[in-house]
Amino acid sequence: MRTLLTGALAAALTLLAVPGFAAGEINLYSYRQPFLIEPMLERFTQQTGIKVNVVFAEKGMIEKIKSAGANNPADAVLTVDIGRLDALREAGLLEPVKSSVLEANIPAVYRHPDGLWFGLTTRARVALVSRERVKPGELTTLADLADPKMSGRLCMRSGKHVYNIGLIASVIAHQGEAGAEQWLRGVKRNLARKPQGNDRAQAKGIYEGVCDVAIGNHYYMGNMSTNDKKPEQKAWAGAVRVQFLDQNGHGQHVNISGAGVIRNAANKANAIRLLEFLASDEAQRMYATTNFEYPVKAGVKTHPLVESWGSFKPDTLSLEAIARHRKAASKLVDKVQFDVDS
Amino acid sequence: MHPLGWLRTRRTRAPAGLWTLVTLMIGALVAVPLSSIVIIALNPADDIWTHLVTTVLPVYVSNTLWLMLGVGVGTITLGTSTAWLVTMYSFPGRRVLSWALLLPLAVPSYILAFVITDQLEYAGAVQGALRGLFGWTSARDYWFPEIRSLGGAILVMSLVLYPYVYLLARAAFLEQCFGLFEVSRSLGRGPLESFVTVAIPLARPAIAVGVSLALMETLNDFGTIDFFAVATLTGGIFDVWLNMNNAAGAAQLALVLVSFALVLVFLERASRRSRRYHHTSSRVQALPEYPLSRTGGVLTMLWCALPVALGFVLPAAVLGHYALKFYAVTLEADYFRYVWNSVRLATWAAVAATFVGILLAYGVRMAPRPAIRGLTEFATIGYAVPGAVLAVGILVPLGYLDNALDQLSRRLFDLPLGLLISGTATALVLGYVARFLALSYRTVDASLTRITPSMEAAARTLGCGPGGALVKVHLPLIRASVLTAALLVFVDTMKELPLTLILRPFNFETLATFVYQYASDERLEESALGALTIVAAGVIPVLLLSRTIARSRPGQHHT
Repeated sequence: MRTLLTGALAAALTLLAVPGFAAGEINLYSYRQPFLIEPMLERFTQQTGIKVNVVFAEKGMIEKIKSAGANNPADAVLTVDIGRLDALREAGLLEPVKSSVLEANIPAVYRHPDGLWFGLTTRARVALVSRERVKPGELTTLADLADPKMSGRLCMRSGKHVYNIGLIASVIAHQGEAGAEQWLRGVKRNLARKPQGNDRAQAKGIYEGVCDVAIGNHYYMGNMSTNDKKPEQKAWAGAVRVQFLDQNGHGQHVNISGAGVIRNAANKANAIRLLEFLASDEAQRMYATTNFEYPVKAGVKTHPLVESWGSFKPDTLSLEAIARHRKAASKLVDKVQFDVDS
Repeated sequence: MHPLGWLRTRRTRAPAGLWTLVTLMIGALVAVPLSSIVIIALNPADDIWTHLVTTVLPVYVSNTLWLMLGVGVGTITLGTSTAWLVTMYSFPGRRVLSWALLLPLAVPSYILAFVITDQLEYAGAVQGALRGLFGWTSARDYWFPEIRSLGGAILVMSLVLYPYVYLLARAAFLEQCFGLFEVSRSLGRGPLESFVTVAIPLARPAIAVGVSLALMETLNDFGTIDFFAVATLTGGIFDVWLNMNNAAGAAQLALVLVSFALVLVFLERASRRSRRYHHTSSRVQALPEYPLSRTGGVLTMLWCALPVALGFVLPAAVLGHYALKFYAVTLEADYFRYVWNSVRLATWAAVAATFVGILLAYGVRMAPRPAIRGLTEFATIGYAVPGAVLAVGILVPLGYLDNALDQLSRRLFDLPLGLLISGTATALVLGYVARFLALSYRTVDASLTRITPSMEAAARTLGCGPGGALVKVHLPLIRASVLTAALLVFVDTMKELPLTLILRPFNFETLATFVYQYASDERLEESALGALTIVAAGVIPVLLLSRTIARSRPGQHHT
């Protein structure tokens, strides 16, 4: 009993131990899975000698930073989707950063005008269409998704997913709320099944014959086509062709993964160095080769597989402008009862 | 009012003051996270209700109610029937099933959701076999029930949550006096009729506690309903919070969820209030173990084996299969440190939550005033709130406290403390106590009510104070429930994810957060060894639990 108590006490003390961060170490809040970013952080540490401590979570980050107040330990945040970056900005938690490297490497549409956040990669939310059942030219625009010819042929993940909220917000930005509502109602009418599953599951739906057309982020096609661990996913990807949308109109909707420095960060200088590293040729290449994303830095090659789908014209409307419509997009999904059985 | 209530109140008047104070203090402390959610809800950025009421709120509410009804019926049916059959009848496999029926408790519901969908969807084994049999070639050739639906969610949640009912019902069946049942049988009632009219009413408080725990867990679940694409109130909370950037609106919706849970607690109490039973006799004969016909025995075995097969064997086998294929991914990571972190946290949560649960339950018994009872119910309702929301309710007050301590220390000793609590794993243990106190409090409380007040009357007459009576009389009598409470908290902490993700310090992974990294990137298979370890770590306490219950029957010496 005594040993048990002693052991328990020892364990209690290890819990209480305040983690001591050596000066200069960067504390990073990440919305991205650590196994995706670790190779890059390791390279950064090798090059600079600066250690990076990570916490990965998707919810509650804003509240965590706010409640820590002046003692907030986090220096930078790494995330996918403009929505999360914009929420951090709206909460007033991001520090304006001026860096000639970041400004040179990242096109202006993919960063905040005051340097509150920076896009590091872009991801196109494309149409995935059946190689067998969709003729070339049959579907080329977002508007086509709402066309009666697509009736019962469409698969989508939840309209509330952050990727779809971004897409719907872009439609609102271009057409206004009334136009977007009409469009979303049309899309809902065309669904082959209740919105469900993740982006891969939509390609799988096409492979299985549940539907002919789906919406997904382009890099999932890369992940599936090269998945040696789960070869069945190669078959899903094989049934599907990537179709860039609105090439004769306002261009293909893209979103970003990005980063920002947290306000009053203790290690602001090092945090900026990390961002600059992530925007450098080396890190940009790693993003492209390991996760099939589009590098934001001009001149860095995309993955050969992604390149084989051809180039495309991206939507030129700034992501900042699109992000302003996210709340309206979320309400619109409720209004047309997009995710609800009908 | 309890028949002996007057006696209890009068006798404990003097020391009740101290217990009242202690109970009030602990209750108030544990109620802090929920109170801070209430405070957040009071300051909305903008109004969500006009929008929600006219659009999706009716759907959220009706889906939530159907889900609760379905899981309620599912867990009562599976839990009570299997508990009764295993306790009363002898049939092949009974001994193994009596403990195996608890195993699904160790399986996180989102993992079962994943595995069941994997088997039942188009590409899964079931539909594949059907296609092979009938020569269908595409999903358009035939109809198959949609697994990603309300029905699917009810199935999965019933399968992982029925053990709560089984656990408590079986303990109650074992504890009750079979004389009554025998009398009923000898007066000409059949076994089924006697079960319904005698055994069930006697075990009703235990069944009510079990099902209320299961339903609170149903209310707080996000992973499973998200996977099955069912729009419930919990899904709505996250939508308002993260998509509409309205934390206060989300907190308001969370309070709606809390009110659902309060109704549950009220119903559970009401079902206990009308009749209360205490052991009046310590004479218990050996269990009867009615024999069954050969067919009856086989059917009974199949019925009891079904939930074990679907809720445990299937997911464990699928995870085992993936683990063999992908174990390297888990082992390359810092696997053993994650195991150590998980076990360490779960142990601490179990000890702390049980300790606080005993103090609260006993305090309420000593000072049974409506205000105290009300505060305690409120404090323990955190179990029905989604973990991520409760985590925010914990972060905010801890942030204040940490910053105040830091400033004080800087001023007095010129020593910066930083985030003493919220920056360390201590915050996690506090979070688990706030979240899982319902498990320990309710389990201990239900057990305490079965102890007749004349026991403590005797102890007190012999000179014991209330504290002495607790240690010398109550704890020995309820030790099985205390262990049950601790083990339930342990297993649930091992599985806990959303609160852990938010409250943990830098570079701190547990098995659950490690598995989630992959699961959230649609690659659960690659961390299957981690998931399997969570299940395995849950199995050991579950086996302990089963031994405890089997031995809990007074006069029962074999296991």
